[in-house]
Amino acid sequence: MTASSRDAILSRVRHAIGGRVHDEARREVVAMRLAEAPAGVIPARGQRPRAELLELFCTMAGRASASVTRIAGYDGVPEAVAEWLRAANLPATLRLGADPRLAALDFSATALQLSHGASSGDDLNGLSHADGGIAETGTLMLLSGADNPTSLNFLPENHIVLVHADDVVGDMEALWPRLRARFGKGLMPRSVNFVTGPSRSADIEQTLLLGAHGPRALHVILIGD
Amino acid sequence: MQITSHTFKANGVKALADVDLQRALGHVEKGFIEKRQMAVDALPEFDALRDRAVAIKTHVLKHLDLYLETYAKAVEAAGGTVHWAEDADHARRIVLDIARRRNAKTVTKGKTMISEEIGLNAFLEENGITPIETDLGEYIIQLRGEHPSHIIAPAVHVNRDQVEADFRRVHVDLAPDRDLTEPVLLLAEARQMLRQAYGKADIGITGANFLVAETGTSVIVTNEGNGDLTQLLGKCHVVLASIEKIVPTLEDLSQILRVLARSATGQEMSVYTTLSTGPRRSDDPDGPEEYHVVLLDNGRSNMLGTEFEEMLRCIRCGACMNHCPVYHAVGGHSYGWVYPGPMGAVLTPSLIGVDKAGHLPNASTFCGRCESVCPMKIPLPKLMRHWREKEFESHLQPRAQRWGLGVWAFFATRPRLYRLATSFVVPLLSRLAGSRRRFASLPLAEGWTQWRDLPAPEGRTFMQQWAETNGGEDLV
Ligand code: SF4
Repeated sequence: MTASSRDAILSRVRHAIGGRVHDEARREVVAMRLAEAPAGVIPARGQRPRAELLELFCTMAGRASASVTRIAGYDGVPEAVAEWLRAANLPATLRLGADPRLAALDFSATALQLSHGASSGDDLNGLSHADGGIAETGTLMLLSGADNPTSLNFLPENHIVLVHADDVVGDMEALWPRLRARFGKGLMPRSVNFVTGPSRSADIEQTLLLGAHGPRALHVILIGD
Repeated sequence: MQITSHTFKANGVKALADVDLQRALGHVEKGFIEKRQMAVDALPEFDALRDRAVAIKTHVLKHLDLYLETYAKAVEAAGGTVHWAEDADHARRIVLDIARRRNAKTVTKGKTMISEEIGLNAFLEENGITPIETDLGEYIIQLRGEHPSHIIAPAVHVNRDQVEADFRRVHVDLAPDRDLTEPVLLLAEARQMLRQAYGKADIGITGANFLVAETGTSVIVTNEGNGDLTQLLGKCHVVLASIEKIVPTLEDLSQILRVLARSATGQEMSVYTTLSTGPRRSDDPDGPEEYHVVLLDNGRSNMLGTEFEEMLRCIRCGACMNHCPVYHAVGGHSYGWVYPGPMGAVLTPSLIGVDKAGHLPNASTFCGRCESVCPMKIPLPKLMRHWREKEFESHLQPRAQRWGLGVWAFFATRPRLYRLATSFVVPLLSRLAGSRRRFASLPLAEGWTQWRDLPAPEGRTFMQQWAETNGGEDLV
């Protein structure tokens, strides 16, 4: 059934558009387009020197209702996390994945209680490491994998995300060559999550409310300069 | 769902008299128009990106067969399954088969218009499977037994106090004296109720804003995070998407995302843009075990190569209805099927037949705002006019209207005769109208005079007056 439906749909499509260009030529056009993956129109907003780029990233994340702290290096992460939780009056608990960059952190100087693995849905605070930041919009890119469970991006009430300055780029287009270099052309992890601010809904009388089904608060810690 | 597009006029009359609805519709203008304009103004490249987005989709449609093949191959390479569905019935059966095989009792659902198009919820219920909508707006209308009245704000026709009443009626296990006076309390209650649903669901169904051919990826764009929880916590993720959702590459996706968020909600970027490729990998700590894509045609391939092909560029942003005076007046349900507003007026006849949707292309003042805000530059008024012509050709309009248009066409193609005839009729009408200078009724024009008076002409025709101004020169 499905195989014949596939052929039926494809042949209807081909019939409707075919005749315009010979198939081999069209195949060539499509193959080229996929191979070259032209970037298109890139807004000037994200095209600036590194220091300004990082500033822009923080400003835009703030506009999307995320909070941002900047620290010099990974050493400062445990204290920055503990400090934010304290300031927000939240319990000193933290759920995180197996990312080596997180595993290397020494939380012993804080009173934080850590737990590891995918979120069960009862976690108040989650910690993840992003693999990219987009300055144009203050967006984080998180990748699924053994290290950073996707459920941590959505289930905890509060989500804290680390991103390294080296991974912050001007625009989304600039992230794709990096991803292709890492996973191979045409290959992707199960989930690539772009996150811009905490969850929200405007479904009741078009009034914007923060904290819909995902985290109510998003805190970004930008490492390095 | 039952199609009532053919009674568009009657639906509209009812909508105009519905006080609650009229109050709710006020939020459309307030909520969308200004925000979109601000977001557009903040991005100098917006128009260039629009052109780019149009070029990308036009290119895809020209090679859609090849991109569909590429896309399907990539999905399968990532361990997913592609199901090709010719029509609504076929798509429903595919979903049911997956559900039966997995012994599914409940499915959670992110927002998907394709599900509405194929009437999936009613079908699943008939077959003993409980669908749970997780988008707040969709959840509200599911409780009310309604259909979306807007493609991105499904419950825009509902007021806050109605939501409160529905929650009290349905959530009977919660304390009856709980405080629900603020919208934020309603949101929290929906969040609490749905949290329990995600993990228990056997299947999570989402739509797709885009399908990326290069990688076999489906993309959802949301603000709430419900779509993500739906597809992450269900053991099996089923994506419902129509064949025109394809973009070639990740770069193309990024380009179109910029115009989508701004046109839809006036955001720079939606909160969650999620790219899903295949099921969870062997070392992933979470995610669905199975990944299926149902690729729906349902009349779209028949639009290719016709004057309606341009409609297939639509990215379902909703800007056309947000800016439509007819939509503002009568709301989405009046359109009688899944897709309301200008995009619905063009798409509905294509998908369900002009005989069932005949009145929709007339739901326009031809003011042109929809086309001017459409990020994909779809000439909606022109396409509506095409449908009107087809409706006329296929003799679907009322006789009086056909007769009137026929008479008009006879004169309009004979300019001298036209001028002669109007130079008799216009002064005659002018005299008949009397001192009030209005007609309260006029034979053949009841459609107009039933609701308002027809102003009488001034005594001379436009052509005569135009000639007296020296062909308009004197007016400048
Ligand atoms: S027709 Fe244009 S404006 Fe309307 S929903 Fe589609 S893309 Fe948006």
